[in-house]
Amino acid sequence: MERDDVYLDHAASSPLSSLALEAMLPWLSGPAANPSGAHARARAARRAVDDARDRIAAVVGCRSTEVVFTSGGTEADNLAVLGVAARRPGAVACSAIEHPAVLEAVRSLDDRPTIELGVDRSGRLDLDELARRLPGDAALVSVMAVNNEVGTIQPVVEAAAAVRAAAPEVVVHTDAIQAPGWVDLRPRWEVVDLLSLSAHKFGGPQGVGALVVRTGTPLGARQLGGSQELGRRAGTPSVAAIVAMGVALAEADAQRTATVARVAVLRDRLILGIDAAIDGVVELGVADGDRSHKVAANAHLCIEGVASEELLFLLDQAGVRAAAASSCASGAHAGSHVVAALGATEAQARGAIRFSLGATTTEAEVERAVEVVVAAVGRLRGTAS
Amino acid sequence: MSGGVDSSVAAALLAEAGHEVCGVTLRLWGGDSDSGCCAVSDVEDARRVADRLGIEHHVFNDAEAFERHVVVPYVDAHAAGRTPNPCVECNRHLKFGLLAERAERLDFDAVATGHHARRVWRDGAWRLVRGADGAKDQSYVLHPLLAGGLDRVLLPIGELTKAEVRARAAELDLRTATKPESQDVCFVTRAEGRAAFLGRRIPLRPARAVDLDGVEVGEVAAVELVTVGQRRGVGLAGGTGRRFVLDVEPDGPGGPVVVVGDATELLVDETWVDDVVWAPGAAPADGAEVAVTAQCSAHGRPLAASAAVVAPGVVRVRWATPERRVAAGQSVVLYVGDEVAAGGTARRSASRSTAAGLAGESSTAVGASS
Repeated sequence: MERDDVYLDHAASSPLSSLALEAMLPWLSGPAANPSGAHARARAARRAVDDARDRIAAVVGCRSTEVVFTSGGTEADNLAVLGVAARRPGAVACSAIEHPAVLEAVRSLDDRPTIELGVDRSGRLDLDELARRLPGDAALVSVMAVNNEVGTIQPVVEAAAAVRAAAPEVVVHTDAIQAPGWVDLRPRWEVVDLLSLSAHKFGGPQGVGALVVRTGTPLGARQLGGSQELGRRAGTPSVAAIVAMGVALAEADAQRTATVARVAVLRDRLILGIDAAIDGVVELGVADGDRSHKVAANAHLCIEGVASEELLFLLDQAGVRAAAASSCASGAHAGSHVVAALGATEAQARGAIRFSLGATTTEAEVERAVEVVVAAVGRLRGTAS
Repeated sequence: MSGGVDSSVAAALLAEAGHEVCGVTLRLWGGDSDSGCCAVSDVEDARRVADRLGIEHHVFNDAEAFERHVVVPYVDAHAAGRTPNPCVECNRHLKFGLLAERAERLDFDAVATGHHARRVWRDGAWRLVRGADGAKDQSYVLHPLLAGGLDRVLLPIGELTKAEVRARAAELDLRTATKPESQDVCFVTRAEGRAAFLGRRIPLRPARAVDLDGVEVGEVAAVELVTVGQRRGVGLAGGTGRRFVLDVEPDGPGGPVVVVGDATELLVDETWVDDVVWAPGAAPADGAEVAVTAQCSAHGRPLAASAAVVAPGVVRVRWATPERRVAAGQSVVLYVGDEVAAGGTARRSASRSTAAGLAGESSTAVGASS
C-alpha cells in the first residue's frame, strides 16, 4: 500500500488484523496436517478448527456444532438457499436488495415461485409487503442483516416474527456478512435458522466463511464428498484461515462498541465535509441526517452531475480507494439494484459512490478523502481544474 | 483496449515512447458476443496485457450508450431497408465521442486506438490516411473523425503491417499475439446469426421480388435481411441469368418489395452521398469535380470516380466506369491518394432517381419499378 493511500473500501475487503495474522501463521509455516485424519498432528489441527468454532459460536450465540465452515460468504449464502430448497418444496422469498450471492441463488430456483420483497424509502425491508405477499407454504425467507451497498440495518427480528406468523414451517436465513463488528449478531441469530459470515469483512483472511445452521434445520449439502462439517460441507478445510477467522471475529466483537462510536464520528465527518463543499449530494434513505438505521461504517452518496466511474477514476489516481455500487465480472460498473430499489433518480444513480470505513480508518484518511472528492467533483463538473 | 492484438501493441508502443498510458476497455454489450470486444474473456485479455505493460487498466460500462447509438440504429436501418455500418457508428459515438469526452474530463491529452490507419500532419492540418498495411487498412471506419477530434487521436500501429504488429506482440510476450481477428458485428453472434438477432427485435416480413418492369418473379423470406447487391438467398423461380438485389422497399404501397435484376442492371453511373464531411480544404469548389477513389464498404475495393458537391452535405460520386449500386446506409469514403478526403452515407439508388439525368448512359439507367 502506498504511503498516502486512503482505503475506504472496507465493505469490499477489510485488512487482516495483526492478531489474526499471528494466529494463522503457525498453520501455514508449520507441519502438514489434515484435520480429518486420526494421528496426533491431525488431532491438533482438528482442535484448532474446533477452537475457532467455539470462538465463533460465542460471538453468534449458537452451539459450536452449528457452525459450518465454508470457502466464504457466497458459498455460505448459496448453501443456505440451495440447501434448504433441496429439502423443502414451497416458495422462496428474499429482499430485493440482497447481495447477488443470495439473489442469484434464489433466481436459479426454477421449480417454484420466488419472491423479491421491496424496501421502503429508508432502504429497510417493507414489512407490510412481506406480510401481504408471503404464501403460507413458503419454504425459505432470506433477509440480510446489513446491506452491503447502502449500509442499512435490516429489521431482521421484526421480519422473522412476521415471516413465522405467515408461514409457520418456514426457514429463515440472514446474510450477516456485513454485520460483524458493527451490530450484535446474537439477537439476530436468536430469530433465524441460518446465518452467513465471511471472514475478510471483519479482519479475517479471504477464502473462508461460515454458515451457522440451527440444529434441526432441513439443509441438503451442496458440495459432496467427505463427511467434514458433519456432512454439511465436504472438503478439507483451511485450518489457518479458520483459526484466523475465529480470532478476528472475537476481536471485532470485543471492540465493537468502541469502534462503532469512533467510526460513526469519522463517517459523519466525511459526509459533512463533502456535503458542505459541494452541491447536489444526496444520501439515499437518510432524512435530516439521521443515520441511526445504518451501520457506522457506511457512507453512501449520490453526487449529481458526475458519473461515478469517472469520479472513482480520479479518486483512484489521487490514492483514494472507494467503490460504486457493485461490479460485474468484467470489472465494469453495473447499475445497482439496491440504488434502484431505494427509488433513486437516474441522475442520482449515475453518481452513486460508496465509502466504507473500517476499524483501522483514521481521521487523516477521512480528511484527505474529503479534499480529494471535492476537487474531483469540481473537475468533473467543470467548476475547477 | 479491446483485448485484441492491435490495441495491445498500440498501448505497448505508446508506453515505450514514454507516454503516461492508461488502458481502457469499454464494456458495450451486455448480451452474448463471440466475435467482438465485449466478452468477459476479452476484457480479461486487455487487463492482463495492461498488467504486462505496467500500465493501468480501467473498464467503463457504456452498454446503454452503445444500445442507443449503435444497436438501435442498426436495427432501425435494417427495418428501413438500409445496410448500416455499426462499427462506424461505434467509432463516431462511443470511441471518439463518449470516450474522448471522458478522456478530456479525466485530463488525458488523447485517445489512442489500435486501428490500422495513420494520422499525418499535411498542409496545416491533421489528415486521416490509410494504414501502412493496405490489406488491413481501417481508415474507412474512422471517417467520422473528419467532423473533428483528429487532433486528440493517436493511431500508433498505423505505420505497421499486421505481421509486424503480431511480431511486436510476440516479442513483448503479449498473450494476444496470436489471437484471431474479430470481423463480424460484435453484438451478433455467429451461433445465433443476424436473422435471429433482428427477429427478436423487429418483425421479419416476407417480400415480393419483382424485376425492373415490376413483374413479380419470386419472393424473399425477410425483407429486413436483404442487402442491395446480394445475390444469394433470393429464392427466385424461373429467372434467367444471375439475379442481384437492386433495391429494397420495405414499405411499398403493396407491401414489402425487393427489386432484382441481372449483373448489368445492378450497375449505376453515379451514387449520391448524404451527410458528407470533408477534410479541411478537400472539398471541390461549387460546380467543380475532384478526382477520387471511393470505398463503399469496410473491406471494399477503392473505385475510381469524380466527386462534386451538389448541395450542402450532399455529394454526387460519378463512377469512372459503371459500378455496382451501393446499399443505402453504407458509408462512402472518398480518398485522394492515401488520404481520406470525405465521408458520408450512401443514399438509396432508388431505381427512379437514376432514370432522369443520365443521357447517353441508357445501358445502366433503369426505369421505374413501381
